[in-house]
Amino acid sequence: MDAQELFEKLAPLQAAKGFHFNPDTAMVLDLMAGLLTNKERYGYMACPCRLASGKFELDRDVVCPCEYRAPDVAEYGACFCGLYVSEAVRDGRQPLPVVPERRPVEKTLAALG
Amino acid sequence: MSADIKVYALSTCVHCKHAKEFLEEKHIPYDCVHVDYLTGEERTKIMDIVRKLNPALSFPTIVIGDKVIVGFRRDELLTMLESCGK
Repeated sequence: MDAQELFEKLAPLQAAKGFHFNPDTAMVLDLMAGLLTNKERYGYMACPCRLASGKFELDRDVVCPCEYRAPDVAEYGACFCGLYVSEAVRDGRQPLPVVPERRPVEKTLAALG
Repeated sequence: MSADIKVYALSTCVHCKHAKEFLEEKHIPYDCVHVDYLTGEERTKIMDIVRKLNPALSFPTIVIGDKVIVGFRRDELLTMLESCGK
Protein backbone atom coordinates (compact mmCIF):
# COMPACT_ATOMS: atom_id res chain seq x y z
CA MET A 1 0.00 0.00 0.00
CA ASP A 2 1.29 3.46 -0.84
CA ALA A 3 0.43 6.89 0.59
CA GLN A 4 -2.36 7.55 -1.93
CA GLU A 5 -4.01 4.18 -1.30
CA LEU A 6 -3.85 4.68 2.48
CA PHE A 7 -5.34 8.15 2.04
CA GLU A 8 -8.24 6.80 -0.06
CA LYS A 9 -8.83 4.00 2.45
CA LEU A 10 -8.79 6.19 5.58
CA ALA A 11 -10.58 9.33 4.31
CA PRO A 12 -14.12 7.89 4.15
CA LEU A 13 -13.69 5.90 7.36
CA GLN A 14 -12.61 8.94 9.33
CA ALA A 15 -15.12 11.29 7.70
CA ALA A 16 -17.87 8.93 8.84
CA LYS A 17 -16.59 9.46 12.41
CA GLY A 18 -16.58 13.23 11.93
CA PHE A 19 -12.82 13.63 11.51
CA HIS A 20 -11.61 15.58 8.50
CA PHE A 21 -8.28 15.45 6.75
CA ASN A 22 -6.19 18.55 6.23
CA PRO A 23 -7.12 20.11 2.85
CA ASP A 24 -3.39 20.36 2.00
CA THR A 25 -3.20 17.07 0.09
CA ALA A 26 0.55 17.19 -0.40
CA MET A 27 1.01 17.49 3.36
CA VAL A 28 -1.47 14.68 3.98
CA LEU A 29 0.37 12.40 1.57
CA ASP A 30 3.64 13.19 3.35
CA LEU A 31 1.99 12.23 6.62
CA MET A 32 0.59 9.04 5.07
CA ALA A 33 4.10 8.17 3.93
CA GLY A 34 5.35 8.77 7.47
CA LEU A 35 2.65 6.48 8.87
CA LEU A 36 3.60 3.75 6.38
CA THR A 37 7.28 4.12 7.30
CA ASN A 38 6.43 3.69 10.96
CA LYS A 39 4.19 0.73 10.17
CA GLU A 40 7.17 -0.88 8.46
CA ARG A 41 9.55 0.00 11.28
CA TYR A 42 7.41 -0.86 14.27
CA GLY A 43 4.45 -2.85 12.99
CA TYR A 44 1.99 -0.10 13.81
CA MET A 45 1.30 3.40 12.56
CA ALA A 46 2.92 5.53 15.23
CA CYS A 47 2.41 9.27 14.80
CA PRO A 48 4.91 10.46 12.16
CA CYS A 49 5.66 13.59 14.16
CA ARG A 50 6.52 11.84 17.42
CA LEU A 51 9.46 9.65 18.33
CA ALA A 52 8.14 6.13 18.73
CA SER A 53 9.91 3.64 20.98
CA GLY A 54 9.03 0.54 19.02
CA LYS A 55 7.32 -0.97 22.06
CA PHE A 56 3.59 -0.93 21.35
CA GLU A 57 2.54 -0.73 24.99
CA LEU A 58 4.60 2.45 25.44
CA ASP A 59 3.50 3.96 22.10
CA ARG A 60 -0.20 3.04 22.31
CA ASP A 61 -1.27 6.63 23.04
CA VAL A 62 0.47 7.93 19.91
CA VAL A 63 -0.65 5.24 17.47
CA CYS A 64 -2.64 7.10 14.81
CA PRO A 65 -5.31 8.28 15.41
CA CYS A 66 -3.63 9.25 18.67
CA GLU A 67 -5.32 9.79 22.01
CA TYR A 68 -4.69 13.52 21.66
CA ARG A 69 -6.44 14.00 18.29
CA ALA A 70 -9.89 14.86 19.60
CA PRO A 71 -8.83 17.36 22.29
CA ASP A 72 -6.25 18.94 19.95
CA VAL A 73 -8.70 19.35 17.06
CA ALA A 74 -11.26 20.78 19.47
CA GLU A 75 -8.82 23.21 21.14
CA TYR A 76 -6.50 24.19 18.27
CA GLY A 77 -8.25 23.08 15.08
CA ALA A 78 -5.76 20.35 14.20
CA CYS A 79 -4.07 17.32 15.65
CA PHE A 80 -0.38 17.51 16.51
CA CYS A 81 0.89 16.30 13.17
CA GLY A 82 -1.70 18.25 11.17
CA LEU A 83 -3.40 15.27 9.57
CA TYR A 84 -6.83 15.84 11.12
CA VAL A 85 -8.38 19.29 11.21
CA SER A 86 -11.54 21.04 12.32
CA GLU A 87 -14.25 22.05 9.84
CA ALA A 88 -13.05 25.67 10.08
CA VAL A 89 -9.54 24.67 8.99
CA ARG A 90 -10.90 22.24 6.41
CA ASP A 91 -13.07 24.97 4.90
CA GLY A 92 -10.30 27.59 4.94
CA ARG A 93 -11.98 29.76 7.61
CA GLN A 94 -9.00 29.22 9.91
CA PRO A 95 -5.33 28.69 9.00
CA LEU A 96 -3.62 25.46 10.02
CA PRO A 97 -2.33 26.08 13.54
CA VAL A 98 0.97 25.00 15.09
CA VAL A 99 -0.16 22.58 17.79
CA PRO A 100 1.91 22.23 20.97
CA GLU A 101 2.68 18.74 22.24
CA ARG A 102 -0.11 17.56 24.55
CA ARG A 103 1.48 14.21 25.33
CA PRO A 104 2.88 14.14 28.88
CA VAL A 105 6.66 14.17 28.60
CA GLU A 106 6.81 11.31 31.10
CA LYS A 107 5.34 9.02 28.44
CA THR A 108 7.97 10.10 25.93
CA LEU A 109 10.70 9.56 28.52
CA ALA A 110 9.32 6.16 29.53
CA ALA A 111 9.39 5.14 25.89
CA LEU A 112 13.09 6.04 25.74
CA GLY A 113 13.74 3.25 28.19
CA MET B 1 31.06 30.49 8.75
CA SER B 2 29.89 27.28 10.47
CA ALA B 3 26.18 26.74 10.42
CA ASP B 4 24.95 27.80 13.87
CA ILE B 5 21.49 26.54 13.11
CA LYS B 6 20.62 23.06 14.35
CA VAL B 7 17.39 21.25 13.54
CA TYR B 8 16.47 18.28 15.70
CA ALA B 9 13.98 16.42 13.57
CA LEU B 10 12.23 13.20 12.69
CA SER B 11 12.56 11.88 9.15
CA THR B 12 8.85 11.03 9.12
CA CYS B 13 7.61 14.42 10.37
CA VAL B 14 6.12 16.81 7.81
CA HIS B 15 6.66 19.87 9.99
CA CYS B 16 10.34 19.01 10.22
CA LYS B 17 10.41 18.64 6.44
CA HIS B 18 8.74 22.03 5.97
CA ALA B 19 11.19 23.70 8.37
CA LYS B 20 14.17 22.32 6.46
CA GLU B 21 12.63 23.31 3.11
CA PHE B 22 12.09 26.82 4.47
CA LEU B 23 15.77 27.15 5.41
CA GLU B 24 16.87 25.68 2.08
CA GLU B 25 14.66 28.09 0.15
CA LYS B 26 16.51 30.91 1.90
CA HIS B 27 19.89 29.23 1.30
CA ILE B 28 20.57 29.18 4.99
CA PRO B 29 22.91 26.39 6.07
CA TYR B 30 21.89 24.22 8.99
CA ASP B 31 22.80 20.97 10.71
CA CYS B 32 20.05 18.38 11.01
CA VAL B 33 19.83 15.43 13.36
CA HIS B 34 17.17 12.85 12.49
CA VAL B 35 16.63 11.43 15.95
CA ASP B 36 14.53 8.54 14.68
CA TYR B 37 17.61 7.23 12.88
CA LEU B 38 19.59 7.12 16.12
CA THR B 39 19.59 4.19 18.49
CA GLY B 40 20.75 3.27 21.95
CA GLU B 41 23.10 5.61 23.80
CA GLU B 42 23.39 8.01 20.90
CA ARG B 43 19.61 8.51 20.85
CA THR B 44 19.51 8.91 24.63
CA LYS B 45 22.33 11.45 24.55
CA ILE B 46 20.66 13.54 21.87
CA MET B 47 17.31 13.35 23.61
CA ASP B 48 18.94 14.70 26.77
CA ILE B 49 20.14 17.66 24.72
CA VAL B 50 16.71 18.18 23.14
CA ARG B 51 15.04 17.99 26.53
CA LYS B 52 17.19 20.81 27.89
CA LEU B 53 16.20 22.90 24.86
CA ASN B 54 12.57 21.81 24.72
CA PRO B 55 11.10 20.16 27.84
CA ALA B 56 8.19 18.77 25.78
CA LEU B 57 10.68 16.69 23.76
CA SER B 58 8.80 17.44 20.56
CA PHE B 59 9.99 17.95 17.00
CA PRO B 60 11.15 19.98 15.22
CA THR B 61 13.27 21.67 17.83
CA ILE B 62 15.20 24.41 16.05
CA VAL B 63 18.22 26.09 17.61
CA ILE B 64 19.52 29.40 16.25
CA GLY B 65 22.47 30.55 18.25
CA ASP B 66 21.13 30.61 21.80
CA LYS B 67 17.47 30.76 20.78
CA VAL B 68 15.08 27.81 20.46
CA ILE B 69 11.94 27.49 18.36
CA VAL B 70 9.65 24.54 19.06
CA GLY B 71 7.64 23.42 16.04
CA PHE B 72 7.73 24.93 12.57
CA ARG B 73 6.60 28.48 13.27
CA ARG B 74 7.32 30.26 9.96
CA ASP B 75 6.92 33.85 11.19
CA GLU B 76 8.91 33.30 14.38
CA LEU B 77 11.65 31.58 12.44
CA LEU B 78 11.76 34.41 9.89
CA THR B 79 11.98 37.07 12.61
CA MET B 80 14.75 35.20 14.39
CA LEU B 81 16.73 34.67 11.20
CA GLU B 82 16.45 38.36 10.34
CA SER B 83 17.49 39.40 13.85
CA CYS B 84 20.72 37.43 13.53
CA GLY B 85 21.40 38.73 10.07
CA LYS B 86 20.74 35.51 8.13
